[in-house]
Formats: sequence, structure tokens, C-alpha cells
Amino acid sequence: MLRGKIHKYDVDNIDTDRIIPARHCITVDPEKLAAHCLEDLDPEFASKVKEGEILVVGENFGCGSSRENAPIAIKGAGISAVVAKSFARIFYRNSINIGLPIFESPEAVNEIKKDDIVSLDITTGKIMIESSKKEFNSAPFPQMMQDIIAAGGMVNYLKNKHS
Amino acid sequence: MGQTFAEKILSKYSGKTVVPGEIVEIKPDIAMSHDNTAAISGIFEQLGVDKLDDPDRHVIVLDHCTPPANEKFAMNHKITRNFVKKHGIKHFFDIEQGICHQVIIENGLCLPGTVMVGADSHSTTYGAFGAFGTGIGRSETAVIMATGKIWFRVPETIKIIINGEFPEGVGSKDLILKIAGEIKADGALYKAVEFAGPTIENMTISSRIVLPNMAVELGAKIGYMIPNKETLDYLDGRAQKEFEVVESDPDANFEKVLEFDISDLVPQIACPHTVDNVKPITEVEGTKIDEVFFGSCTNARLEDFEVVAAVLKGNQIHADVRMLVFPASKDIFLEAMRLGYVQTIAEAGAIIMNTGCGPCMGNHEGVPADGEVVLATNNRNYKGRLGNKESDVYLSSPLVSAHSAIKGFITDPRNN
Repeated sequence: MLRGKIHKYDVDNIDTDRIIPARHCITVDPEKLAAHCLEDLDPEFASKVKEGEILVVGENFGCGSSRENAPIAIKGAGISAVVAKSFARIFYRNSINIGLPIFESPEAVNEIKKDDIVSLDITTGKIMIESSKKEFNSAPFPQMMQDIIAAGGMVNYLKNKHS
Repeated sequence: MGQTFAEKILSKYSGKTVVPGEIVEIKPDIAMSHDNTAAISGIFEQLGVDKLDDPDRHVIVLDHCTPPANEKFAMNHKITRNFVKKHGIKHFFDIEQGICHQVIIENGLCLPGTVMVGADSHSTTYGAFGAFGTGIGRSETAVIMATGKIWFRVPETIKIIINGEFPEGVGSKDLILKIAGEIKADGALYKAVEFAGPTIENMTISSRIVLPNMAVELGAKIGYMIPNKETLDYLDGRAQKEFEVVESDPDANFEKVLEFDISDLVPQIACPHTVDNVKPITEVEGTKIDEVFFGSCTNARLEDFEVVAAVLKGNQIHADVRMLVFPASKDIFLEAMRLGYVQTIAEAGAIIMNTGCGPCMGNHEGVPADGEVVLATNNRNYKGRLGNKESDVYLSSPLVSAHSAIKGFITDPRNN
């Protein structure tokens, strides 16, 4: 179970160039990437996020490039999970593959308010808002994807499998 | 019940009859990576596997920042070349060859009825040849290197039928921008898109490629079309192995069928800062421009050069405009030179750049200044996409870009 304060940007089509511009993608170091994460959307994003907090966004989050640096930058900034109205498909894959849990629920995004604290259950896909006690469901991940997220990403998942 | 192309090909590769929503694990025929091979090789080396599952499955093309803009990009190229040598990867194309998707097509590696993945979002391009082509991430490309395998969710399919003939001054770029403006950037999210109808059947290969190439801008997993006669003729003697065309069954279940008639279509422009912010050219005509970027995996093929050269012949590019030209491949450059297009375009005052992606993701070679406006033939105009978030990028066809370069503002080719 994940629990944390949210940072909400109810904006649709936040593309990978806004999550992390290509010119900063010369590195895969999460800390260096995190310093520029979402800076065009909110210049203070990297400095105000605390470890374990949750990002809440609109439709088609992460559209554009296939760069894996995008979820790495978000995870590097301290974000423990992303709740979106919907995700672009390569961002969705990359998030699972680097071990960043993601939840898809337009209803939950509409209900989550500034400074809310939200609990997320990776196994069931349940999203719970503490202030309003409202619950929403994101489609639960198939077992393989849960295992990949639990392992912290594709690399560890495969290493564990072979060892 | 029959199957769509996507259901059929994923059934074939997974060895069982699949339905949309199901997760399958399959072995792709081709896995492409570009300058990001440096990062991918780093991930591969963490996996504790010594050898690639099949070195011949991998195609590596250096194109994203070529020649390297600085020592960091140069090091990525060096790491990639060393990795290629170490693992005996034969399908390697160095910086002089061109943009990955075009190089793969020219080398007969993009084949109907195959599964082609690429660590590049525009890998949907391969659907123009009837392949299941889709973009993937870096970690999973490294995993394919190690195991040969990747997972997919079987997508539902949206069929887009195109009817009518293109009016004068209007082409496939205008069509895909029109579709993006109508169904929006998430209009085909997670879906397979199948382009069909008589218009598609009769288009040239270069014009057809534009549609699946930009299917990802609709959110699509793949963009597909049945290979037409011109496509099959192109592959004759070029295909590196035998292939079998796979088509949707006549009674396949499409989630949605959309129809567009292009008989009255006018040139379309995607305005800042999203690809689906599309307007007819009449609404943005006269917008002053500082730079024209003619290039990218969408629109820098020989037929685009022919169009641009015909417009620029005997004209001069406006004194306040810089026009940067990036051929999609070495072969296209050589042919455009032989046919005199390069001469004509350079005489008009354009700058002939090297083949490659150019400024398409803002790494180098044409980053605009604050407050400047770029008219580009590529596929994305996100804020900051060309390397400066204080600039505006409009997307158009090569024809519109050439007319606009002469006038110094966005210009309707039908009035000129």
C-alpha cells in the first residue's frame, strides 16, 4: 500500500518534452533528471516534492517520445506513484518497466483536491482519498506486471528470475 | 468471427487465438534502437547475460544527434559502436546513412506481416508496409537483447477509411493533421489504427508512410495499411527475407470505423503547442516565420524534395527566413542531388544539412531563439520540442513550407 500527499496538475497531454526535455536526457542518473522534471509546467516541481508523494494528472499523460528518462525523472524526484485520467502507451510501459506504479482513473483525478492524502493499492488497483473517504478503482495489473513493479523494474525482475 | 490485422498477427506470433485485452509474450522479428543504444547497452549489461539472444534481430542506426553536438553525445556513439562490434551486430548503420525508419525501409528490413519494435515512438511507421510496428522503451529493448521476448496487450482496432482524391496543393501530411485535429492526441490511445480505402490504395509509398508514422500522434499502438502494388514492387529484390502479407478478415470486429472524404480538404497547419491543435491554413495564413525546418522521418523523402525544389526553382528564400534541409537518408540525398533538386534548393538560399533527425528533438542543428517562429515538416510541435520553450512551432506539409519560405510567412500554396 502506498500513501502520500498529492501534487495535482489537471492538464491533458503533458508530453515527454515537458516531463524532461531531450537536451537533459543525455544522462540516465535519476537525480540529475529529477532536477529538470516538469520544469516547464511548474519550475518549483523538483524542489517542492517530498519522497513518497503522489503525482495526479490529466488525460494522455506522457505522450510523445519513447524516452524512459521521463518516468525515471518522475521517480527520481521522489514521486512514488502517478494517478492519471489516462496514460500514453509507451509511458505506461516504461513506468512499469522502471518500477513506477501508475493508476488510471478519470473519476479519481476529478475528485482529488489540492493537498489531499491518497492511499493506493497496487494489487487491487484501489485508490482511496482520505479527506472525502471516496474510493475508486483502477484496473488491477496482470500478475506479471505486478511482479515487475514489486521487483523495482524490469531489470531486477529478470535478474531475480534467472538467479 | 474474423480477426483484425493486430489480432491475427499477435495470434500467429503467440501461437494461440487472442482477443483484445489479452496480454501475450512474443518474439519480434526486428528490434531497432538508435543513439539510445548506449543507454540500452548499459541496461543489457546489468542483466547478467553475456550474449544477445539473436544479434541479427537488432538494427542499430545512429541518427538522433549526428554528427554529435558535444562530447557526451559523441561518447554515446562510441559506446554504441563498441557494443555493435562486441556482439557482432550486422545491421548497424553509422551517422552518414540516415534516419532509422527510412534506413530500415531502404534496406529491405521492413516487411509485411512481421513484428517490428523500435526504441523510438515513430516505429509505427513500419505499418506503411503492412508490419506490426510499434515503439517501446529502453529497458524492454535490453530485455529483447537478452531473451528475444516482449509482452503486448492485444489492442482493439479503429479503422479509418479515406475516400476521394486530393485537391491541388493538398497531400498526406494535410490528411494526417486533419485526422489528428478531429480525433485528438488521445483519439486512438492504446488502439491499432488501420488506414483503408481507395485513396490509401492509390497513394505513393512516401505519401503512405506519413500516415502510420504519425499514428503515434493519435496515441495509437500501431498504424497499419495493406501493402499496395507499389509497395510490393519496391520490396521485390530488396526484401531481406520472405514474407507473407497479413490482412484483417472481412468480418473482423473493429471497435470503431471512421470515414473521411478528402475531396474538399484544404492545407492543414498544426499550431503551437500540440499536434492536435490543427487549423485550416486560411486561419493562420500570414503568420510571420523565422525558420523553416524541412526534414524528419515524416517528410524528407525524394517526393518531398521534388515538391520543394519545384516551388523554390528560380525563387529566393525570404531574407528574414532561414531554411534548413535534412534529407531522410544518404540515398535520398544522392538521388536528390542527381536530379538537381539539391542544387535548386541550395541556389534558393536554403542550407543543406546532413541526413539525420536534425533539430527534431531539440538536440542541435537549428534550435530557435526566444520568440522565434518555426514552420516545420516534422511530426511534433510540443512546447520546447525544437530545443527552446520560448519559441513557437507550426507543422505543415513540405509544399506549404516551401511557399512560406519564399514569402516569409505561412502561405497557402493554392494561391501561388
